[in-house]
Amino acid sequence: MIIKVLLIGALAVAAYVVLHGRLSALNLLLRRALMLLTVAGGVLAVLFPDMVTRVAHVTGVGRGADLLLYVACIAFLFTIISLHLRLAALRDQYVELARHIAIVQADRSPSDDRAHLAGASTTSEPQ
Amino acid sequence: MTTVGHAHRAAVVVPMYNEGQVIQGVVRELLGSFTTVICVDDGSRDDSAMAARAAGALVVPHPTNLGQGAALETGIRFALTLSHVDYVVTFDADGQHDVADAVAMVERAHAHDVQVVLGSRFLNASQHVPAMRRALLRAATQFTRRTTGLELTDAHNGLRVLRRDAASAVRLRLHGMSHASEILTVLARGGFTVEEHPVTIHYTDYSRAKGQRGYNALNILFELAVNRLRPAS
Repeated sequence: MIIKVLLIGALAVAAYVVLHGRLSALNLLLRRALMLLTVAGGVLAVLFPDMVTRVAHVTGVGRGADLLLYVACIAFLFTIISLHLRLAALRDQYVELARHIAIVQADRSPSDDRAHLAGASTTSEPQ
Repeated sequence: MTTVGHAHRAAVVVPMYNEGQVIQGVVRELLGSFTTVICVDDGSRDDSAMAARAAGALVVPHPTNLGQGAALETGIRFALTLSHVDYVVTFDADGQHDVADAVAMVERAHAHDVQVVLGSRFLNASQHVPAMRRALLRAATQFTRRTTGLELTDAHNGLRVLRRDAASAVRLRLHGMSHASEILTVLARGGFTVEEHPVTIHYTDYSRAKGQRGYNALNILFELAVNRLRPAS
């Protein structure tokens, strides 16, 4: 039952990525490599449908279609995780940006020395 | 009350989201004891910002709603740009805190030379806390003690005093409602000196209606668990 090992392994990696919560450069390389493999594998699978069935048998899956379903599920999972992490990173940046705008637009107080702050420096109004 | 002691060297940060009804009263009361009140308007759809400004607060307007944790951090960072500010006080906008407690906590921070003073409703023997709230807060406190190692009696109190050095360390990744525990984690990791001070919470119908749902504790727990497993950045 090679497929069981593969699927559980993939799910374990998914859990690790979620908990680790970071997309590294290695991650990016892997995703690009996987993308190319998927395209190449897809073309081969279309040209030689029997091959999928044979791979399925080797890995312990009954039919090629089942194998495709498993692979699609795992691919979907990783896509969602990667999007989730990217959204979270974007949100952090967006909060930081909005915060900066808020501080620039803030009311001024007499003892205001925001001139020392980079960026928030010279949008001066007469006080 | 007049500005004696160290209250004039403190800035009060009040995160607000649609608090137009009550914010004016809260700001007025704060300005009776403090000179600097900073209201972070977290993208309110009502007239909170105008009301706070009219009452004499400095308003820092978030362009959109970013969450209470984000608002708190914005307010703290803004407060730190003001040179006269040695202490940052965090104060809830719904009027559940007592201004006299805030003043006493600033004095305590100065007198005991501690970096952080946290409000605790459970140190106050006369405080009545609704039973459900009490049970939930007890659980949250146990959880916080275990995860941060801080010997606290109240984990989710919005009234805090942070000395400038401690306030500078506050960087939050959880922008929503999990920030109360996250702040404690930050303070514990930073090794700051922390004391608790007994405070009174006024449970009004308004503050109850604005308060969090009990089940949100599960959301918070999940966020904190995942956040803890991730490496600090």
